[in-house]
Amino acid sequence: MSVLIFLDQANGQIKKSSLEAAGYGAAIAKQTGSAAEAIVLGTVSDDLNELGHYGVTKVHTVKNDALNNVDAQVFTKIIADAATAIGATVIVFSNNFNGKAIAPRLSVRLKAGLVSGAVSLPDTSNGFIVKKNVFSGKAFANVAINTAIKIISLNPNSFTVSLTNATAEVVEFAATVDTAKVQVTDTNKIVGEVPLSEAEIVVSGGRGLKGPENWALVTDLAKLLGAATACSRPVADIGWRQHHEHVGQTGLAIAPNLYFAIGISGAIQHLAGVNRSKTIVVINKDPEAPFFKAADYGIVGDAFEVMPKVIEAVKKMKGVA
Amino acid sequence: MKILVCISKTPDTTAKIAFVDNNTKFAADAIQWIINPYDEWYALVRAIELKEADVTTAIHLVTVGTADTDPIIRKALALGGDEAIRINADSHDSYYIASQIAAIAKEGIYDLIFTGKETIDYNGSSIGGMVAELLDLPYVSLATKFTLEGTSAIIIREIEGGEETDKVQLPVVVSCQKGMAEQRIPNMKGIMGARSKPLKVVEPAAVEAFTSIASFDLPPAKAGVKLVSADNPEELVRLLHEEAKVI
Ligand SMILES: Cc1cc2nc3c(=O)[nH]c(=O)nc-3n(C[C@H](O)[C@H](O)[C@H](O)COP(=O)(O)OP(=O)(O)OC[C@H]3O[C@@H](n4cnc5c(N)ncnc54)[C@H](O)[C@@H]3O)c2cc1C
Repeated sequence: MSVLIFLDQANGQIKKSSLEAAGYGAAIAKQTGSAAEAIVLGTVSDDLNELGHYGVTKVHTVKNDALNNVDAQVFTKIIADAATAIGATVIVFSNNFNGKAIAPRLSVRLKAGLVSGAVSLPDTSNGFIVKKNVFSGKAFANVAINTAIKIISLNPNSFTVSLTNATAEVVEFAATVDTAKVQVTDTNKIVGEVPLSEAEIVVSGGRGLKGPENWALVTDLAKLLGAATACSRPVADIGWRQHHEHVGQTGLAIAPNLYFAIGISGAIQHLAGVNRSKTIVVINKDPEAPFFKAADYGIVGDAFEVMPKVIEAVKKMKGVA
Repeated sequence: MKILVCISKTPDTTAKIAFVDNNTKFAADAIQWIINPYDEWYALVRAIELKEADVTTAIHLVTVGTADTDPIIRKALALGGDEAIRINADSHDSYYIASQIAAIAKEGIYDLIFTGKETIDYNGSSIGGMVAELLDLPYVSLATKFTLEGTSAIIIREIEGGEETDKVQLPVVVSCQKGMAEQRIPNMKGIMGARSKPLKVVEPAAVEAFTSIASFDLPPAKAGVKLVSADNPEELVRLLHEEAKVI
């Protein structure tokens, strides 16, 4: 009996959301009195022994360059084989883009019930019940998994990992690597920017900013805070910002520690994607803007006057000239 | 070319989310239902565009639901699509739904199966991947662009921190999101025409669900906003640093 955690890598490094999944999987192992093992596919430059810090005791690797692009079908087969080989009864993914591609396939292959978008540890006092996000952040469902093998994909920024000094054993898993039916002809990664889904701080702008030429008010603050940038749907629709920045019910759902909303009204569809943020700050000139009802802190004022002062104050706090 | 588009019914985006029967059931009574936006705006409209480019294309819609799903499927037919299949069942879980769709897909032999990237109610993002595994087909998730090149598809999909261009031989399962197409409004001709398009009702295959919902919770209410004067943004920064400890 063990917990198997799929660790996602990009450019040779384990993703932050996967490290969180590792800590989460290790906590389930502890809860159920089993061992936490992880699997990493492709070539990785990180020191995998250090995954022990997250509570993982053993890391299975398949060092094969063909696995540096994620193909859901190929990955599913390898992870299924590994899960069977080690007798995993719980399999953990991060509910990031790759988790969303692989976990459903694995669920079918192993006849294992899947809960995607989990937000806390399972309740094993009576069956196996996992709390997940539903209605785009407006509610939670407690879902019972009724199969022998259970798959959970954890929403990013839902679990706080406590680190230890332990180290993990690293072993090579003898996998059969199929040729992918999907051929990757090009990848285009935005380097140097914090991916929105993993960001701890997100600075976001709405139609109140009047036009793309004013976006320095968002990007300057984001740079200072090491934050990712986001926007409301109309902003992406008009083309002021790129589509991948669109958050909300029909865009990306995020849960950063801090969501900083500038000139966004706070329509219900927007809130649906951001209301799981731990702290919400709203800057809006309209005191009646619905966003204030969902906010922790706010300033009623004109963003064009307020934001330069906020940026100055952050610089001062950070000791940046 | 034959395309199967998966259609789901979801509460309107402004619907009040509440639960009844000791928090075990969604309060569906006064709810306005819509086609899941990802299914409608991206999957269905892109399929319609492919048919406009090649009139020999056939578009079939499939949904799992009881008779109260019919208005939604008719609305989808008003946008486009040649016929619809409704599998007459309550929805249970993702595996149950995917198994029903896979059974239809197996029978119909489709070149392309489109789903939305997720439903806005259960946020599972699982149906596409499950259908693909059940049919042993390749699956491209979170597609933002889709074009045909002979018997292959060229697909751009979102990956963490960027995008990837894929080439894949048909048949393939694709989950669709923003970028694939633009939202359309059904016109009068479409609405009238939809009434006479075939809507086939079939009984579900016997499938055991893997999961069940035990109960629902609503998130705790916010304590209320702390307002800071517009003349004193230093105070906001201080609060975020010292009180919320987020910067
Ligand atoms: C089915 C459906 C799905 C949707 N999905 C999404 C979604 O996923 N994400 C999303 O964001 N929206 C979504 N929407 C749209 C949503 O309903 C709102 O229309 C949208 O969020 C409004 O964007 P906004 O706040 O940027 O613009 P507006 O509503 O135009 O608000 C602008 C705000 O800026 C303020 N403002 C103006 N000038 C200034 C200034 N100088 N300084 C400070 N504040 C100023 C105004 O007071 C106002 O509150 C969806 C809608 C539908 C129907």
